[in-house]
Amino acid sequence: MSTRLSSGGRLVNKDKPVEFQFNGKRLKGYEGDTLASALLANDQMLVGRSFKYHRPRGIVASGAEEPNALVNLGQGGKFEPNQRVTTTELFDGLYATSQNHWPTLEFDIGAINTYLARFLPAGFYYKMFMFPRPFWKHVYEPFIRQSAGLGKAPKDRDADTYEHFYAFYDVVVIGGGIAGLTAALEAGKSGARVLVMEQTAAWGGRAVVDGVEIDGQAAEEWVAASVEALQAMENVEIRTRLMGAGVYDHGYLLAYERLRDHLPEEKGPRHRLWRIRTKQIVTATGAIERPISFAGNDLPGVMLASAVRDYVVNWGVSIGDRTVVVTNNDDAYRTAIVLKEAGLDVPAIIDARQGGAGALMDEARGLGIRVETGKAIAKVKGKGRVTGVAICAQAGQGGVLDEIACDCVAMSGGWSPVVHLWSHCGGKLKWDDAQAMFRPDPAKAPKGASGEAFVITAGIANGHLRSADALVDAFEAGRSAAKAAGGKVKAGKAPVAADADEATLEAIWLMPQGASIKLRMKAWLDFQNDVKVSDVQLAAREGFESVEHAKRYTTLGMATDQGKLSNINGLAILSDALDQPIPQTGTTTFRPPYTPISMGAIAGEARDELFQPIRRTPMYQWHEANGADFEPVGHWRRPYAFVRSGESVHDAVNREVMNTREKLGLLDASTLGKLIVKGPDAGKFLDMMYTNMMSTLPVGKCRYGLMCNENGFLSDDGVVARINEDTWLCHTTTGGADRIHAWMEDWLQCEWWDWKVYVANVTEQYAQVAVVGPNARKVLEKIGGMDVSKEAIPFMQWADGELGGIKARVYRISFSGELSYEIAVPASQGRAFWDMLLEAGEEFGVMPYGTECLHIMRAEKGFIMIGDETDGTVIPQDLNLNWAISKKKEDYLGKRAQERSHMADPNRWKLVGLETLDGSVLPDGAYAVAPGLNSNGQRNTIGRVTSTYHSPTLNKGIAMGLVHNGPDRMGDVIEFRKVDGTTVKARIVDQVFYDKDGEKQNV
Amino acid sequence: MSEAVSVMNGAERGTSIRVRDAGLQGMITLRGDLSAAKLKSAVKAATGHAVPKAREIAFADGKGVAWMSPDELLLLVPYGEADAAVASLEAALAGTHSLAVNVSDARAFFAVEGASARDVIAKIAPVDMHPDSFGPGELRRTRMAQAAAAFWMSDAETIHVICFRSVGQYMFDLLATSAETGAVEAF
Amino acid sequence: MLTLKCPYCGVHADETELHPGSEAHLKRYGPGSSDDEFEGYLFMRENPKGVHFERWRHVYGCGKWFLAARDTNTLEVFGTYSAQTTEPPQEIKEAITAKRPGWSWREFQ
Repeated sequence: MSTRLSSGGRLVNKDKPVEFQFNGKRLKGYEGDTLASALLANDQMLVGRSFKYHRPRGIVASGAEEPNALVNLGQGGKFEPNQRVTTTELFDGLYATSQNHWPTLEFDIGAINTYLARFLPAGFYYKMFMFPRPFWKHVYEPFIRQSAGLGKAPKDRDADTYEHFYAFYDVVVIGGGIAGLTAALEAGKSGARVLVMEQTAAWGGRAVVDGVEIDGQAAEEWVAASVEALQAMENVEIRTRLMGAGVYDHGYLLAYERLRDHLPEEKGPRHRLWRIRTKQIVTATGAIERPISFAGNDLPGVMLASAVRDYVVNWGVSIGDRTVVVTNNDDAYRTAIVLKEAGLDVPAIIDARQGGAGALMDEARGLGIRVETGKAIAKVKGKGRVTGVAICAQAGQGGVLDEIACDCVAMSGGWSPVVHLWSHCGGKLKWDDAQAMFRPDPAKAPKGASGEAFVITAGIANGHLRSADALVDAFEAGRSAAKAAGGKVKAGKAPVAADADEATLEAIWLMPQGASIKLRMKAWLDFQNDVKVSDVQLAAREGFESVEHAKRYTTLGMATDQGKLSNINGLAILSDALDQPIPQTGTTTFRPPYTPISMGAIAGEARDELFQPIRRTPMYQWHEANGADFEPVGHWRRPYAFVRSGESVHDAVNREVMNTREKLGLLDASTLGKLIVKGPDAGKFLDMMYTNMMSTLPVGKCRYGLMCNENGFLSDDGVVARINEDTWLCHTTTGGADRIHAWMEDWLQCEWWDWKVYVANVTEQYAQVAVVGPNARKVLEKIGGMDVSKEAIPFMQWADGELGGIKARVYRISFSGELSYEIAVPASQGRAFWDMLLEAGEEFGVMPYGTECLHIMRAEKGFIMIGDETDGTVIPQDLNLNWAISKKKEDYLGKRAQERSHMADPNRWKLVGLETLDGSVLPDGAYAVAPGLNSNGQRNTIGRVTSTYHSPTLNKGIAMGLVHNGPDRMGDVIEFRKVDGTTVKARIVDQVFYDKDGEKQNV
Repeated sequence: MSEAVSVMNGAERGTSIRVRDAGLQGMITLRGDLSAAKLKSAVKAATGHAVPKAREIAFADGKGVAWMSPDELLLLVPYGEADAAVASLEAALAGTHSLAVNVSDARAFFAVEGASARDVIAKIAPVDMHPDSFGPGELRRTRMAQAAAAFWMSDAETIHVICFRSVGQYMFDLLATSAETGAVEAF
Repeated sequence: MLTLKCPYCGVHADETELHPGSEAHLKRYGPGSSDDEFEGYLFMRENPKGVHFERWRHVYGCGKWFLAARDTNTLEVFGTYSAQTTEPPQEIKEAITAKRPGWSWREFQ
């Protein structure tokens, strides 16, 4: 059984006990524990079930590479699934439950899958769910949905907050082991701005566990002194619980800081995502130990040798009383020695190498440990947890030579440098045959904006497994990075580490070498996704030869751990099956993030009110307080209608239309774009921008204009006012203001840069109110301050003046067909002006109206709306707007395109009005159908609805649409198809439904 | 005459770092040839400051001038004087190709005050806020989270932020949220 | 995520402060141009793996359009320059030649 030792545990504070819950059990740990060490201290070996076969699974590792031990953490707004127990720091009140089982962790129905394993081989998803087809919807899909996914999705709102932080450095060192600290010290001494980060809560990495001696000091002391030295440097920022998550182009680095995971009750953001730009990155990310593939290697109690050592040294936890060590390299001997020194039993070290290890073997034997060389584990015995191992010759097929009772197996298949961050942005790897590992190829480093390398790798991450070599490498890496970032490097000496000579590792990808299919079907490669040696071999036989294909077919290396333990073993098995060298097989792509990061951290502050910027007009608060039913128009929120109590939205819209037509309506038109265009060449410029002639517009007058893009398609419209000899004010649509401003700047900066024109976007300088209806003049006359008579400001003219003491520019323009003034006042007085109009207008029946009323009134008048009548494929000629296209101008944007044969085709659909025979409202976007089928076998269409409303004024449905030969077919009845398959008949009519001669607006 | 009201009407939030609506500030966009003597003297007359170098700002007692782009300045004057200043600029620059326009009401204006004011900006803008990289006298146009903004420091603990009026509420909430979640302490 | 130096204001802008604008150095064809010329102007674009010239706007900054020469494969930036030019300046061409001898792009080399 696993238990807490009476002594040891450099990271735990036994004076500070901590209580936590796992599956409802109240358990005790200490400050400094991880959830993993605390569970193990309580003999909780079983922590989860595997994804596919629901096999019982225990903790395998001690760090970020852990594939099995994922739990649901927290409750309610703090619930989060798939949390790795090895990277979860223990805190008082921690609440965890295991996942992927039903009904309980100990008794799981899904475990039946393990007995069906031979019917669930690699790729069974693809083979199984193909036929019969009807099964897909009713059998397969529900089944897959039920079984898919690890953990449960959170149901409550996330109770925590998150933030981003933009940071800029010369050198960022990722990894707080002895290599990272050495590199950081060198970079720091150069005067460069340095950030050094460590993903765990403690500095020092492996060296402090392994008791390496550096410059005559114990590693622990050397690390403490180095951290202190770095903290004292003004130019160095040094942080734990900060993980390098991803390396991207041009020195962009994402780092993930876990601020409150271990202090959940404290205030402040839970996670912080650092968005870093740095000149140089040093990856001192260490290495991850590999498992060995032998039968039963997934049983709880089988653990990485380094993890067994970590639990003893760091947390004072023993995994078992009797531990068998199995290895192909010298490092695992350290585990045996540590266990023995802690007073635990190590019945045997099984070393697959004929020659065994170097000095460490002598030390182990000196402690009385039995060392068996050239041997292997035939299988692990036990049900639910380890009870013993059967030993065989590594060279054979698994004939059992001996059985050893034990409750823990510590395995080591060698080490793989953590090359993820090196590889994210294109760093290449090379195969090191002697150490059986992929390591960074410094000749093929990731390159930045300058074309020079910006990532340097250091220490064990660079394939230098021995501390002595790692320190020399890291020293040079720190100096190189500092130099490349522009720092000044002085003479110095690398720290010197002393570690024992080691015998070379022997690559062992399968144990024993000739393992039978029965053993291979129990030899796990990927614990999380239940991929075994036999699955990868099957994939190879079935033709999945590319490592990327084999990954997807078998699921090897997918999901939350992305194969940190399994990848190298898997591709070695694949290479063997394909009879090709490992480098030819290559690796799958390393993609960020290094380990999963929270969705909250990615979103940062962008939630609730800050999810996206909402643009508000100066009258927004009035709208909000007066029943506005808002609709988004770009980022603006505009009132769709002002709904009164007891009214439906539809009622409100009808009321607003009738009131505006009969009395007086107010529209908040502040969102309309307003661009000042000024300069000696402004007229010439606007003649290019608009299809009509703007240079001839007299001062004081307004003209409706159309803008097209170079494809000839209609892009925006609005009224242009000539302010003075060299100044025009162009109104754009609400959505078009920024776009058209950018469009003008583009042409002025990039095409006609010698034209003397300046543009300024003054959209938000003004609050603009449309005062509309037969009483419009009366209310303005009552407010007073300027002459608003027909004579003073005739239709399509403007004037400056003052209304009620507020500076105003008044435009006589109408989008409703009624007598209408659009009045621009300074935005800071917009609300005051609005209130003034409401008060003065009371006796004239004033009512504000929203965008739907605006739309209906314009449709009744047959006015087009950009985005309704246009969709990016419509030219002004389609909308019968030829009157707004100058014939005199040689050029305007879109003119050449409109001469193209398809644009000039008389068969283009053209705008008409539509009236249903039964008075109903046509469905928006409905297509008019004709007999016969087109070349694709679809129903022929001859037109479509672009705008459709119930007109309260006319009390019937009205619509506009684009129809083939429409203007020549006035009075014809055509049929529109509805979604339910029925059709509705409509007559083609003139698009102007109301006041065709414009008598109402021109008074 | 009706009172003019700034977008957040003087609102304030935060304790150790304070975010407040800095009220109505006269602002004039001036486009033209920034090297022309006529323009330089007109700017001096309007603001009391010389045309600054690229990415710089001169600002004191409600008057200032900021470099916005190679052909654009932002002149800062008391709110009530903006129209008159535009008229004077237009008169002074008559006959030259230029554009002066009052944009006082198109803007929201905020102040972020406190020892960690830099952190408030560094959480929301892709700008190096390290004191070696940015300090008083400089102006930076950038985005803050999802909205365009410009900011400058009048001293080590005071940052002024301007943005479009329509996103004033968003910007105020954004700055306040950034301030209330505390310092990063990385500078 | 690129960074490009705006040649107008000198800011090393983050990609999120910029707006991309497709290919640089297009020649506009208007009324009177042939169908082929107009088609080329409107639709035909380079799609190189390597040296490329692009338009970018410092949209969250000074608002100016500028041009950039970069490698679409390695993302190496050879330089940024004024938009008020019909061809890459000599120093940009030389910077590219130093890194990518023998390069060519449309009529430039």
